[in-house]
Amino acid sequence: MTDIADSLRLAFDLLLRGDTELLGIVALSLRVSLSACLIGAIVGLLAGAALAATRFPGHGVLVWAVNTLLALPSVVVGLLVYLLLSRSGPLGSWGILFTPTAMVVAQSILVVPLIAALTRRLVLDGLREGGDQLRSMGAGDMTAALLMLLHERLGGVTILLTAFGRAVAEVGAVMVVGGNIAGVTRVMTTAIALETTKGDLPLALALGLVLLGVVGVINALIGLIQPRRGGVVQQAFA
Amino acid sequence: MSPAASAPPLISLRDAGARFGPTVALRDVSFTVHRGERLAVVGANGSGKSTLLRLLHGLQAAQGERELHAPAGAARPVLAMLFQRPFLLSVSVRWNVLIALWLRGVPRREREARCRDALARVGLLAMAPRQARELSGGQQQRLALARAWALRPDVLLLDEPTASLDPSAKREVESLIDEVACDGTTLVMATHNLGQAKRLASRVLYLDAGRLAADMPVKDFFDPATNHAASLFLKGELPWT
Repeated sequence: MTDIADSLRLAFDLLLRGDTELLGIVALSLRVSLSACLIGAIVGLLAGAALAATRFPGHGVLVWAVNTLLALPSVVVGLLVYLLLSRSGPLGSWGILFTPTAMVVAQSILVVPLIAALTRRLVLDGLREGGDQLRSMGAGDMTAALLMLLHERLGGVTILLTAFGRAVAEVGAVMVVGGNIAGVTRVMTTAIALETTKGDLPLALALGLVLLGVVGVINALIGLIQPRRGGVVQQAFA
Repeated sequence: MSPAASAPPLISLRDAGARFGPTVALRDVSFTVHRGERLAVVGANGSGKSTLLRLLHGLQAAQGERELHAPAGAARPVLAMLFQRPFLLSVSVRWNVLIALWLRGVPRREREARCRDALARVGLLAMAPRQARELSGGQQQRLALARAWALRPDVLLLDEPTASLDPSAKREVESLIDEVACDGTTLVMATHNLGQAKRLASRVLYLDAGRLAADMPVKDFFDPATNHAASLFLKGELPWT
């Protein structure tokens, strides 16, 4: 109990003091995970919509693969990206291993299957209800799927929040490809892992609470924006 | 011989059929829809009415032959369909119509005017900025009708358009459908409501277990003195199977 009370006090203290190292770690965590989610959103939403709307040879295998990759361990993604980006790997010449860019690459790979699989399910359910109507109005398969994404945009936001939660909370991939270098690639989860191994449990727990608080604030902000939805997306057809 | 049989043809089916797995939904259906006709498709549940509409629209893979006859000056007739439960996108009333116009390739400069006209005709212009999904059932069906109307279709296919509405909304939608037809749009309407078929249609197709069992002018179809394939259906004496 004392540890938990201490860590709560420490978490507030760190935040109120505006500890620059902590703020840097939080900022890097957000930058890496939001970038990965942005890339994941572009690829995953389109891939999910395409898997829902179209049929082609190998479609079933691809759906099976995407669903299986939902359980992809983050440390395995880290290892694969490490092998690709290491000096002897095929992309070693890029020289981005142990940089935030490598962490973005790894987390993007982690969230794309999640976004694609959930988007496919969302769009499939929507098309079951309104696919005939959209096709009757002249929409092709992919247009119907994208309109369904517009229709189900609240569900889409929930998927992206889920993906962000997975990215910001994972430690395996960023640890392997980032290396947890202080001031360069240290993010909240790798900092928590480090403090735990050092035995500074209150600090580790405090960082965990900060991580949870940051995700909570982002969720609340999105919740505030949602009632005013629609205005921006509708401009696309103006 | 239907009253409009001398009018130009719009859609022809020849020996058309459809099946869902082992179930045959339609078989050997042949008829032609002519410009200006008002066709009611009647029959018991599961007789193939909705499948026939989907097949006419091209939404249903089919055996046999379906031919679209191009009206003068067009590449093909414009078809629109109204479903029993209208599917509206969760955007505003106005955007539901604008998106339909965009999908049909209507030039951008025409969309706004067409949208306003269509919404005005169904009495929903004041509700244009409202969320479409917040409308009542009757208003949603009127919006779906406005959306179809805005496309200026040659043929409007209606699948039980008033089946899920209360009596007052039913009357409203029915009178709007009548207006659409008076504008020169050809109607093909599946309905369970024989009174509606009598009021709105000029020709009746009767489907029995996926076969076209009768195709005649509405006057003959409902004439008690005429004995035809649907006589038992009209008397309500057909078994449910």
